[in-house]
Amino acid sequence: MRRKRSITILYEIILVMVTFIMALPLFLAITISFQKPEAVFSYPPKFFPTSFYWKNYVEAFKYVPLARLFLNSLIVASLITLGKLTTGALAGFAFSHFNFKSKKIMFATLFATLFLPAETVMILPLFLIMKTFGWVNTYWALTIPFMASATNTFLMRQHFLTIPRELQDAALIDGASYMQFFWKVLIPLSKHMLAGASIINFVYAWNMYLWPLIVSMEDKMKTVQVGVKMLMQAESANNWGVIMAGTVVALAPTVVMFLALQNLFVKSLVRSGMKG
Amino acid sequence: MKRVLPYLLLLPTFVIITLFIYWPAVYSLRLSFYRITPFGNRMVFVGLRNFQRLFQSPEYLNAIKVTVVYVLASLFLTIFLAFFIALLLNMNLPGNRIFRALIFTPYAISPAIAGVLWSFLLNPVVGHVNYILSKLFGLQVEWLTTKPYALIAVIIATVWKTLPFDIIFYLAGLQDIPQELIEASLVEGANSWARTWKIVFPLLSPITFYLVIMNLVSFMFSSFAIIDVTTKGGPGNYTTTLIYRLYLDAFAFQKIGPAAAQSVILFLIMAIVTIFYFKFGERRVHYQ
Repeated sequence: MRRKRSITILYEIILVMVTFIMALPLFLAITISFQKPEAVFSYPPKFFPTSFYWKNYVEAFKYVPLARLFLNSLIVASLITLGKLTTGALAGFAFSHFNFKSKKIMFATLFATLFLPAETVMILPLFLIMKTFGWVNTYWALTIPFMASATNTFLMRQHFLTIPRELQDAALIDGASYMQFFWKVLIPLSKHMLAGASIINFVYAWNMYLWPLIVSMEDKMKTVQVGVKMLMQAESANNWGVIMAGTVVALAPTVVMFLALQNLFVKSLVRSGMKG
Repeated sequence: MKRVLPYLLLLPTFVIITLFIYWPAVYSLRLSFYRITPFGNRMVFVGLRNFQRLFQSPEYLNAIKVTVVYVLASLFLTIFLAFFIALLLNMNLPGNRIFRALIFTPYAISPAIAGVLWSFLLNPVVGHVNYILSKLFGLQVEWLTTKPYALIAVIIATVWKTLPFDIIFYLAGLQDIPQELIEASLVEGANSWARTWKIVFPLLSPITFYLVIMNLVSFMFSSFAIIDVTTKGGPGNYTTTLIYRLYLDAFAFQKIGPAAAQSVILFLIMAIVTIFYFKFGERRVHYQ
């Protein structure tokens, strides 16, 4: 028993150290973002905040059009999320509640794309297609290509399959159409799943990098992820206080969302993962 | 109506995947057979020569090597650490909820920002890592600009960013295993460590399989952001992975034909991973 306790203490110490390492980068980003320029270069480096110098944030918004980039990210991530949920729910409904010719082939065609994230594997041809469409530097290019995914469709299908078949029969007997059943029965019964899926999709879209970097050449169409790199390259080159201020702005929405909704997040992630 | 409706429901999804996944795939296959001037006004059919040249070019072979080392090292470290940390979190030690929340947080942080954060921490002048290393061991390391540290730096940022995802899945898996079994293998006896890896870890093999595939895909592609922010593929081409090579050739050097060939190769790699996943994962991964 004695021995068991001492081992437990050892594990506790290791866990504290692990937590420290995992949380340190974020903690320091916040600390540094409020540090005066000279304090950033002080030796030994500071682990705790010594000032509340908010001017780094003012500077960050000056070096790059951070407000505009933030708005772009918000628009892009919201549209992608909405698009993925809509197409996923519709397609999931088709796969879960209907039998039709070529169902198997269509299912396979969709699932073949599971590991083909277009925003990376096919950046070159996709970029050339965007040029043909005249979509370079527009929200179209940043959103439309990512508005459907195998993962979302599969997640929705799996969830819809858990909803008793009798509900559909009852609704149809009552004179409802398929679409009425979809909107009034299926969707309300899937609220939790949809909420979870939307935050996972939002985080994913907010964090996209390579595609926005390529397809938005004009500053006003860039996203915050790209903005952070711009800050690192800007005049402020070594002004880490300013860079960290921009970084905190870029990571705040998803991190705050994650901390607030962690349980929902984790459950949805595991569910979409293990069933997908 | 019932006849047409399912097709209508599938229409948006299929329009998007056709236009933005299948078409680019076919398009890049076509482009890969041509030599194209940077502005695309002349195209000469060269057959498989783009592919042939790629596999003769030291730069591309180097990118393959870098990718293999980077992916394998990150994969091994992430899986090992994630399982270990999940075990710790599963023991419900005091303060567990806070530890869990903090450890999971990097999940919500993007690869690009992970790159920024680690660029700072590993910065030789202002960074905290070198400060700690010099205090403890008297070491001063030029992390992002020298071999082999640049690759190690990229791997550190990658592992840090990916760990939460893997821990979440291992924790979920551990909760389905009887607690007594885990505790017995962890706490008692001298060989508890070995027993944990021989008993608990194999029980979670479906999860490990799933994570290996997911991590593999993410290391292949989202590594771009981390590398672009931290090392830019340098020093030399030392941290240039396949996706970074593709980006450089396509957008910095405008070598459209060879870049298209690289897309096709990545496409084929992912096709193999997908087939592998469905063939071996489908049944075993279904965990409820």
